[in-house]
Amino acid sequence: MSAPVYEPYLRKPKTFYEQYERKSGDPTVTHYCPGCGHGELHKMIAEAIEDLEIADRTVFISPVGCSVFAYYYFDTGNVQAAHGRAPAVGTGVQRARPHSIVISYQGDGDLAAIGLNEILQAANRGEHMAVFFVNNAIYGMTGGQMAPTTLPGMHTTTSPGGRDPRKAGNPLRLCELISQLDAPVYVARGALSGPKHILRTRKLVRKALQAQVERRGFTFVEVLSACPTGWGMNPPDAHKWILEKMAEFFPLEVFVDKTDSEPEPFEIPEEPPAEKLHELLRISTAGQVTFSPSQPVEPKYANPRIKVAGFGGQGVLLLGLGLAQCGMMEGRKVSWLPSYGPEMRGGTAHCHVNVSDHEIGSPLISRPTVVVAMNQPSLEKFEPQLVEGGLLIVNTSMVPKEPSRSDLDVLKIPASDMAKELGNPRAANMIILGAYAAYTGMIGKETALASLNTLIKRKHLVDLNRKAIELGWEFGTKARG
Amino acid sequence: MAEQIYQPIPPDDPRYEGKTPLLVKGNEAIVKGAILAGCRCFFGYPITPASEIAETAARDFPAVGGTFLQAESETASINMLYGAAAAGVRAMTASSGPGISLMQEGLSYLAGAELPCVIADIMRGGPGLGNIAPEQGDYNQVVKIGGHGNYRNPVYAPSSGQEMCDLTMRAFETAFEYRTPVFVIADGFTGQMMEPVVFPDPLPKPPEPDWACRADAETRENLISSIFLEPDDLEEHNRKLQEKYRRIEENEALYQVFHVDDAKIVAVAFGIVSRVVRSAVELAREKGIPVGLVRPVTLWPFPKKTLEALAKQAERFVVFELSNGQMLEDVRLAIHDSRPVDFHGRMGGNVPSTEECLDVIERVAREGGVL
Ligand SMILES: Cc1ncc(C[n+]2csc(CCOP(=O)(O)OP(=O)(O)O)c2C)c(N)n1
Ligand code: SF4
Repeated sequence: MSAPVYEPYLRKPKTFYEQYERKSGDPTVTHYCPGCGHGELHKMIAEAIEDLEIADRTVFISPVGCSVFAYYYFDTGNVQAAHGRAPAVGTGVQRARPHSIVISYQGDGDLAAIGLNEILQAANRGEHMAVFFVNNAIYGMTGGQMAPTTLPGMHTTTSPGGRDPRKAGNPLRLCELISQLDAPVYVARGALSGPKHILRTRKLVRKALQAQVERRGFTFVEVLSACPTGWGMNPPDAHKWILEKMAEFFPLEVFVDKTDSEPEPFEIPEEPPAEKLHELLRISTAGQVTFSPSQPVEPKYANPRIKVAGFGGQGVLLLGLGLAQCGMMEGRKVSWLPSYGPEMRGGTAHCHVNVSDHEIGSPLISRPTVVVAMNQPSLEKFEPQLVEGGLLIVNTSMVPKEPSRSDLDVLKIPASDMAKELGNPRAANMIILGAYAAYTGMIGKETALASLNTLIKRKHLVDLNRKAIELGWEFGTKARG
Repeated sequence: MAEQIYQPIPPDDPRYEGKTPLLVKGNEAIVKGAILAGCRCFFGYPITPASEIAETAARDFPAVGGTFLQAESETASINMLYGAAAAGVRAMTASSGPGISLMQEGLSYLAGAELPCVIADIMRGGPGLGNIAPEQGDYNQVVKIGGHGNYRNPVYAPSSGQEMCDLTMRAFETAFEYRTPVFVIADGFTGQMMEPVVFPDPLPKPPEPDWACRADAETRENLISSIFLEPDDLEEHNRKLQEKYRRIEENEALYQVFHVDDAKIVAVAFGIVSRVVRSAVELAREKGIPVGLVRPVTLWPFPKKTLEALAKQAERFVVFELSNGQMLEDVRLAIHDSRPVDFHGRMGGNVPSTEECLDVIERVAREGGVL
């Protein structure tokens, strides 16, 4: 066979390494088979990189496949990716370094089989990257197995009787698939067989990269490429076959071209100064008030392990949070654990709250010293767990039954009815917070009121909850006697 | 350096000065900690009980000029992480058991290409879909490695809200110091629980790494890859990795101990379980049982020398886990099976109570004749 006819069109671009130092063996020849399309496409890409003067900011993603070693050749930043994941890796590079030009280069097994999700999603997000897709209708690297692009009837090592579309499906047309999406700005298919197609494909490649320079978005160029080794053909026959058979199934067209329209604005966000981080993360504590621990606390009420329980919607978790928040504001150790996982079944909610002068061991409470029962099922479930002489707070508005144990310290409070009178039955939780604070002396009144600034996200409700705490405080003080 | 005792907030650390605590969820503390450590990219896919990490990240990363991207799968997340790490930017992802399983190929690539990044795993019940309740059943796939090849990765196991922040920050420092992916692994409770957290000043901005592909002239010649075609080259690369792992084992193991000085029984537990067991150990001490607790803060490197040394004085060990005994093997290896090792494991999302752990300690003491 004579040398391929397209040779004169291709000079060696500067962004194509002169010597392939990363390769073992002869550093002057590529690792590709004679007549393989990969090398030709590489040169076109390198040429465009050079002409567009983007080599310094280009990161080239090599796939898994015969072009796994693309980094032998490209004088750019090089990242080698896992099989099929080049578009995800490219996404990571591009998002991390928004000024970069990302090239994802993939074979048909890599892109259309194992990596189909990654390519479609990256295309659909309109990632700023140029994808070059080498369609050689076969798995080259692993020795000629069937690819998603293998033509019907085509013999491969895993379709020895020829690809049977009834069992193996029909070949996937990726350009057609991707051009269904809204985001891609350029989708085209070319070939490398003969001067006419080489010239045309060179233009497609250039356009895809030019669009990256102009920050237009996702560009995709599929190239029908010879795999003489995998196909068991000599290069001229292979090119003939591409134009006669492959191009019939995979038309050589430009499917999407929005490169003339105004590109979406492309902004590179600014890094805020370090001093502003706490504020931006909403964790600045400048000006936050703290209180000294409420005193004196009767020993039996000190270091409480509290379970708060009721229906979802009764503000059970918020009440627990309030107890923890107040404890923390008074400089104590606290933990708050919501019912979660298997405990959450049955429409009831509960939480575990520890407030302690010591380091908190288990945040889980199996033997509470305080139980707040907002409804009947909670009383039934948690009363038995209370330690001997423990404090049981019962929302009598919702709990008709009497507690069954006689050893307990019981605080009965018609919290839901009191809240209704205040104008909102949902304030029952804060009435109980106030009553608990006054009854046990564990939380100062000022602390309880101040905690609302953090607890109540909707500011117009702060006033109502203030009143609720005051009301509860009054009730608790009287009950304490 | 040897294995070190972990101090939640070093008393002399000026970065925490003048700040008061905030009540936050463990999952949120991870995100804030990551950003304070310079992390600027988050890629993730929702999964309970880790979803608050992605939800918090979706607000916080854009607020600081960073990237939040909801990936199409955990396979994509870990590969996006690979890309951002290859570009030399501090990046992270978060997931739970099923998602971590999907990430294993990517984790191996990250280790092979020596890319620093942080992965948070908020463990749930397994195997399979299991449930969303807390477990520690990812120990094997995270600590003992679930991907292919000869690699390891450091694993921090916080047990409180403060540690969720602090150890995530530390994870980034370790990741970049050694060029390795690093895990922060906690159970669903630690993720969902709210505790007071003091957020420190941000870490000083680290210098740009010279090995990365930063898309500039200076780093244009860099290559990020895990391929070494020649057996000799790959063996050499592997030997280099093993040497790095040896240094990590020597310098980075962290642990805490309670009441071990005169302990005849040594309990071992990590994460949330270590807190339950600590309460049980305190109750057991009140009953006169000479029991102590070792809590590994890093699961790899494992504080094996500390355990080995304790095996000289202790008569028995007892391991508590939310799994079928995955750390148990590491404890037995650390003490060379020189003492009997009892095991109490709960699974499926059940967490033992303090009383339950106390019962186990009492039984071990009785059966071992330690009482
Ligand atoms: C997860 C995974 N599965 C399988 C492989 C093996 N593998 C390597 S290359 C390849 C096929 C590549 O074919 P293609 O993408 O068409 O590229 P070509 O070699 O034809 O250029 C496969 C299956 C791998 N490396 N990783
Ligand atoms: S096997 Fe096919 S694709 Fe691979 S280098 Fe050879 S010709 Fe090219």
